Amino acid sequence: MSKPAELIVKDLHVAVEGKEILKGLNLEVRKGEVHALMGPNGSGKSTFANTLMGHPKYDVTAGEILFKGSSVLEMETDERARAGLFMAFQYPVAIPGLTMANFLRSALNARLAAAAGATNGDGAMPRNKGIAPKEFRELLKKNMGLLKMDESFAGRYLNDGFSGGEKKRAEILQMAVLKPEIAIMDETDSGLDIDALRIVAEGVNALSGPELGVLVITHYQRILNYIKPHKVHVMVDGRITLSGGPEIALQLEERGYDWVRDAKEVSTS
Amino acid sequence: MSTTPGIDIRESYESKFGFHDKDQFVFKSRRGLDREIVEQISKMKGEPQWMTDYRLKAYEIFEKKPTPTWGGDVSQIDFQNIYYYVKPTAEETKSWEDVPADMKRTFDRLGIPEAEQKFLSGVGAQYDSEVVYHKIQEKLEKQGVIFLSCDHGLAQHEELFKQYFGTVIPSSDNKFAALNSAVWSGGSFIYVPKGVHVDVPLQAYFRINTKDMGQFERTLIIVDEGAYVHYVEGCTAPTYSSDSLHSAVVEIIVKPNARCRYTTIQNWSNNVFNLVTKRAVAYRDATMEWVDGNLGSKLTMKYPSVYMMEPGAHGEILSIAFAGKGQHQDAGGKVVHLAPNTSSKIVSKSISKDGGRAGYRGLVKVVKGAENCRSTVNCDALILDEASRSDTYPYMEIEEDKVTIGHEATVSKIGDEQLFYLTSRGINKDEAAAMIVSGFIEPIVKELPMEYAVEMNRLIQLQMEGSVG
Repeated sequence: MSKPAELIVKDLHVAVEGKEILKGLNLEVRKGEVHALMGPNGSGKSTFANTLMGHPKYDVTAGEILFKGSSVLEMETDERARAGLFMAFQYPVAIPGLTMANFLRSALNARLAAAAGATNGDGAMPRNKGIAPKEFRELLKKNMGLLKMDESFAGRYLNDGFSGGEKKRAEILQMAVLKPEIAIMDETDSGLDIDALRIVAEGVNALSGPELGVLVITHYQRILNYIKPHKVHVMVDGRITLSGGPEIALQLEERGYDWVRDAKEVSTS
Repeated sequence: MSTTPGIDIRESYESKFGFHDKDQFVFKSRRGLDREIVEQISKMKGEPQWMTDYRLKAYEIFEKKPTPTWGGDVSQIDFQNIYYYVKPTAEETKSWEDVPADMKRTFDRLGIPEAEQKFLSGVGAQYDSEVVYHKIQEKLEKQGVIFLSCDHGLAQHEELFKQYFGTVIPSSDNKFAALNSAVWSGGSFIYVPKGVHVDVPLQAYFRINTKDMGQFERTLIIVDEGAYVHYVEGCTAPTYSSDSLHSAVVEIIVKPNARCRYTTIQNWSNNVFNLVTKRAVAYRDATMEWVDGNLGSKLTMKYPSVYMMEPGAHGEILSIAFAGKGQHQDAGGKVVHLAPNTSSKIVSKSISKDGGRAGYRGLVKVVKGAENCRSTVNCDALILDEASRSDTYPYMEIEEDKVTIGHEATVSKIGDEQLFYLTSRGINKDEAAAMIVSGFIEPIVKELPMEYAVEMNRLIQLQMEGSVG
């Protein structure tokens, strides 16, 4: 019997403003794996991503989300992040006046403190001195190089005036610096030109490895030309109705989503 | 951004800024105000007769002028329950060693010597009504720069002083300017000779220490042709239960081709009425910049202004106002274009939380004939909760047609999506909110000298502790 998966979602039901969007979703993602979650618009993909991260708008009405064996449902968003969950946003918000470097350093320090087990017991963010400025600059520079980002990026205000492609790169940069254990890429390919898409995909590929599990949530099959998932799941109407290997993505590209709607739930895991 | 321990702002204010030494003074006027007290103040200071007369005239004006009913509520000020003059024990000294131990401890806790080690050249630290510690770098003296307390400016440079004193802000300007003119004490007197560029900021640290003592400092800055100076004023006061009054007057003369920047970081305790008149006149091709950060106080009414007297003059006002519980910040600025080809810019950022009220009140005035003037006003408000309030009062008096005037105003709230985004990276809600607020004022904070920028962000962080549920 192998170790349980880092992320286990059991029979998850989620409502938004009283309306049920997720209707019994089951999924397991392990470190070292790349999963693709696909589905038509309105199937609940973004709801699922936001629920994993604890967005206050989404109410979990039934089911369970376990991360590394513990339920995250009672954890605040920042606690989940410090524990090692990460979401790359479909539409990252701008924070004018907050530089990328200052933001990332604060986030990294929070994550490092939690990783070191230096919590102060009341659930508040642990306080410690964190990474030295020089060390941080080097880390940032290295990761920006990896993502082919200009060094001036560090001094720009977070997502403020960024192009669509720049925003996506910034998300990947954050992921690279924060080193999550499970990362959810929420419709990562939207708003990307093909070059930016390739860079982001290369970034994901560079970051994926035995210490990272990735769940790419996407509408399009395109990104799969660059990222090779171990597993593909198809979501329709708040449930995963089909799971299998990469070949499913190709079938979707050819046949669209309609044939899946009527398919019985298949498990190949 | 550094982190701060989770402490209650009021508690920390008490320990960090609210400490006060045992009252220690050699002369203290009785409470209240009348002709006799005004005369007594002038006499204690050994002033020339013209200044005594000036004070008495101002006192008459103060008596006659009605209390303003616009802006904030100043009706609670009990003018007869205030000490108008307190002279501390220490005479003004230039050597740090001469400062009495308990005063020095106060300065130590404010970080003054440390700051000086870094880059201060001249320190004028106002302790109660007198400048007790006042130091100027030898280099400045060689350059002919005068940097004295206003009292000593009068005593040592009477002709120069008399030539400019009261010319920018007459006693009759408003009730509080009249009050200041009657009882003023302390503040700074600065003269920068032609062509001299003072390359380090001149700083004064102001402090109120005696219970119920009004502080009425007076500052007069003359920047001669082609010269440059940056004056920095930082304020903090101990917390007391009864209301204190701070009513300063700052007059600045910026001569042709000269440039002056005046930076204030003000963090009065929450019982202080802060009613300040600040005005500069800028001549041909001169630049005047006010950078004004208002935190703390019970009520602040402050509208630094620039009068552009001759062509090519430029005025800038950058203002931050932060109002917390029980606070009202009525801040802003005034730009008055009195000549053609003058330009101005006002940037105002106000933040209100916990039922606080912060606003922008500003005037852009262009007189007939002042052609080709340009002025832009940007005022942004950030409201942190439902109980808080923001006001914008943009007054425009444009008498000339050939002008370019821009005005933009925004009101925003900290968005749930912004908080979610930052917390999704592991940053807790309080810190995330503080980051958003710091980002909001960043365009102004980046104009501050480094250590003031750090202090400003730290103050914002303290103010934001426990603010997001």
